[in-house]
Amino acid sequence: MTWMEAKLFLREPVGAFFTLVFPLIMLFIFGTIYGNVPVPESGGQGAIGNLIPAFAAMIIGITGLMAITITMATYRENGVLRRLRTTPVSPLVVMAAQVIVVFTMTGLGMLLLVTAGKLVYHVHFEGNAFSVLGGFILSSLSFFGIGFILAGTLPTARTAQVVAMVLLYPMLILSGAAWPRELMPATVQKISAFIPLTYVVNLLRGLWIGETWSSHLLDVGVLTGMLILGILISAKTFRWE
Amino acid sequence: MDTIVQVEGLRKVYGATVAVDEVSFEVKEAEIFGMVGPNGAGKTTTIECLEGLRKPDQGSIRVLGVDPQREGQTLCLRAGMQLQQSNLPDRMKVWEALDLYASFYPKASDWNELLSQLGLEEKRNAPFSKLSGGQKQRLFIALALLPDPQLVFLDELTTGLDPQARHAIWDLVRDVRAKGKTVLLTTHFMEEAERLCDRVAILDHGRIVALDTPAALIRGLGAEERVVFNLNGTLPAGLEKALSGAVRLEVQGERVVVHGKDGRKVSLVSEVVSFLTREGIPFHDLRTEQPNLEDVFLSLTGRKMRE
Repeated sequence: MTWMEAKLFLREPVGAFFTLVFPLIMLFIFGTIYGNVPVPESGGQGAIGNLIPAFAAMIIGITGLMAITITMATYRENGVLRRLRTTPVSPLVVMAAQVIVVFTMTGLGMLLLVTAGKLVYHVHFEGNAFSVLGGFILSSLSFFGIGFILAGTLPTARTAQVVAMVLLYPMLILSGAAWPRELMPATVQKISAFIPLTYVVNLLRGLWIGETWSSHLLDVGVLTGMLILGILISAKTFRWE
Repeated sequence: MDTIVQVEGLRKVYGATVAVDEVSFEVKEAEIFGMVGPNGAGKTTTIECLEGLRKPDQGSIRVLGVDPQREGQTLCLRAGMQLQQSNLPDRMKVWEALDLYASFYPKASDWNELLSQLGLEEKRNAPFSKLSGGQKQRLFIALALLPDPQLVFLDELTTGLDPQARHAIWDLVRDVRAKGKTVLLTTHFMEEAERLCDRVAILDHGRIVALDTPAALIRGLGAEERVVFNLNGTLPAGLEKALSGAVRLEVQGERVVVHGKDGRKVSLVSEVVSFLTREGIPFHDLRTEQPNLEDVFLSLTGRKMRE
């Protein structure tokens, strides 16, 4: 089932584009504008070095909010889940297949980003790879919960898509995923403290430049809380039809 | 013969609407049992209660010896279900759908065999969204047959199909029964029920208004059969006397209609034909008109079935 869902994911050009190609394009655009000259304020990292973890957060936002929400809501509305319901498959398997596929795709998107950063901009990486991977897994999974909850609670696929977009765009802009928070006015920075994606950006950027988990307890706490709530509420709100 | 499905006093209410009330029936092994009635008669609600997809408000249900609400999982393994409204992802290919669904069952039938049985071999690599209505239905039948089920539920199987596709599907359903499987279907086509089902329950406003074999239901109507033919000349006297029992003759120019009560010893048509041949009267375009389930529904409810 997981393999099947993966094939379906890649056959959907728009979804695959936003997850895999779009962040790369963003990277190249910003890379062309700023170059990768080390900036002292960000621990000697160049602009690209800063952008990679931010864009990784962007991919997480897109896949968690859009890919999962739209797929699940559409499956429910079209009766794909209804058909599955008549088989011995449990909701858990259906959701797990989604999580595995979307997580793999998100990871693939990040891998492409990092590879492009290395090859094109010679980004130097000072963090611990396992640590970054761990942060990435935590962030992804805690965001996927939002997708399942939206898909489970909103009445139609159309509304789920609209709500996901309405949530996603301000999140991308305000969290620092699209451009650094440091460049935002103070009031906007305060607002961004209420945006879940901000914590993903902070954590990933921190781990990327070699900061420790203990210096990001707030981020980790918020994301872990989201993960637990996400699992509980997703399981409650799941509906076959 | 074993009882496969047993329903007693089923009742299901949606808000203020009573969708199904006091529905009781049994389905025996290896029969095609049909529920027929207009839209909104409660057919789908009933079948979905049997499938375990809806929780009945009252009544007891046993399907393959289990309670669908409590042991839905067991039922899923032993019964195949085709639903009125369901879909597959647009970009899923026919073979992938079969392969995926086969993976859900511990002892799935060989889907390659089903593919050729259902005439979907050419469409093997076609995505679901590119299939015609008939092909989609055949694929859903294939999915329903994957667990090699003892019982197959088919809900509004041929709705929206052209007559040719419909006949092809009927043949498939007969094949399924020929393999000893039991079929429980719903339809709002009286003709489908009459030609396909061994026994039929006619539903109206959530209740069963009649339940028997199609032939018995029609016989029970006591309606008349008609023989219609055209003559080249005029009808000589004596036809009425030559026919046994009470008949009524209607002559409209060249066209002759003979009305006779149903349930005669000798069939009306053979008496008419032998009279015409004996007298050497040339005739053409002879046909018989018999009452059908449509007439049964009309007489039971006072309404015509509408599609």
